Amino acid sequence: MTTGEVKLIGAWASPFVMRPRIALNLKSVPYEFLQETFGSKSELLLKSNPAHKKIPVLLHADKPVCESNIIVEYIDETWSSSGPSVLPSHPYDRAMARFWAAYIDEKWFVSLRSFPKAQGEEETKAALAQLEEANAILEKAFIDCSKGKPFFNGDNIGYLDIALGCFLGWLRVTELTGGHKLLDEAKTPSLSKWAERFCNDPAVKPVMPETAKLAEFAKKIFAKPHA
Amino acid sequence: MNQEEQVKLFGLWGSPFSKRVEMVLKLKGIPYDYIEEDVYGNKSPMLLKYNPIHKKVPVLVHGGKSIAESLVIVEYIEETWKTTSHAILPQDPYERAMARFWAKYVDDKVMLTLWKACWAPETEREKEMKEAYECLKCLEKELGDKSFFGGETIGFVDIAADFIGYWLGIVQEASGVTIMTADKFPKLHRWSEDFVGNNFIKEVLPPKQKLVAVFKAQFGGGATSK
Repeated sequence: MTTGEVKLIGAWASPFVMRPRIALNLKSVPYEFLQETFGSKSELLLKSNPAHKKIPVLLHADKPVCESNIIVEYIDETWSSSGPSVLPSHPYDRAMARFWAAYIDEKWFVSLRSFPKAQGEEETKAALAQLEEANAILEKAFIDCSKGKPFFNGDNIGYLDIALGCFLGWLRVTELTGGHKLLDEAKTPSLSKWAERFCNDPAVKPVMPETAKLAEFAKKIFAKPHA
Repeated sequence: MNQEEQVKLFGLWGSPFSKRVEMVLKLKGIPYDYIEEDVYGNKSPMLLKYNPIHKKVPVLVHGGKSIAESLVIVEYIEETWKTTSHAILPQDPYERAMARFWAKYVDDKVMLTLWKACWAPETEREKEMKEAYECLKCLEKELGDKSFFGGETIGFVDIAADFIGYWLGIVQEASGVTIMTADKFPKLHRWSEDFVGNNFIKEVLPPKQKLVAVFKAQFGGGATSK
């Protein structure tokens, strides 16, 4: 049922929030973006996602849907006749998209996130090696899933492109602050070219934060004094 | 791949993740070849070939192509064998999103929290128990007066929560720690009895005493040690 107002509780800097925003753009669904203030949680957020109290939360006719990838699937299934399909149509390809999306959240993103926390040369080297290994795995996954087309999903961006692409802003910030190239064209040529195409996609461009703005935000939030 | 192609499942007799897939295959009446993996000893070359990323079970192989991660496999089965009688996910997109949400909640948060509460050392037990109670309260509320999380019949969330339905009681016995009781969580308790009482589910559940023995041996006395 497509009728009913669409609202999204989120924050401009959150990669997880970017996921449903891209999906809504792909489906040309207008929505009200309710931005949370960093450091506090609104009553609406706490009421809409009592289990996790986290963003993003989609409110469709006031009914909440939580968990970014689940929201993306919901958007795809609800607005199935608008725009391109966000998930592939074949069950095996859908399974691969879901498998890799889980890998991205549970392994790849964890590697990316641990990189700036690394203290000293040894830890940094180890973190870098772990991320490079994960990148190599995704390079192969891209070749397998894309089957020669420009995106994981084929001709158009889809679920898996969104699941990984949403982190590209933060990846660039981490490269800037850490001084290390984290997505190397020499090591992962397909993934690197895909990243550029993804960032230039019309559904992505309006919601991808500028690296400079994100870097400034990162400085602010990571500069908090230790408890 | 079509429905007629061979289905193989690489699993582990005692694993709730592995059993999720078997439960769904049984509920849908899908024939399959089962291969028991010695996951903690020697993983077979086939397993390493079919799940090189995680090297874990369950792995489903259908028409030569492999799928890993239990809930991903369950959705694959649901989408491939569309014509069989027992639907695991509802039709409505909102209900589907709710089912996926609660299944993920069980998978990401509840199972680990319950496990930690049972085996935590004395000094941490109170904190872990508190978290475990919070999780179970959430699920008790979500279940409400429905027969199953899926409504009248076993669905995606029930399958995801198989650990709570069967394994939790066993872990409680092995560790000596009690979290889910009939008086604290009457709806969940009633649900767990109905869940394990289902003929298709019953058929695949691992033997209770064998599991108790394995848990006791591997994780110690829980309430008294570590």
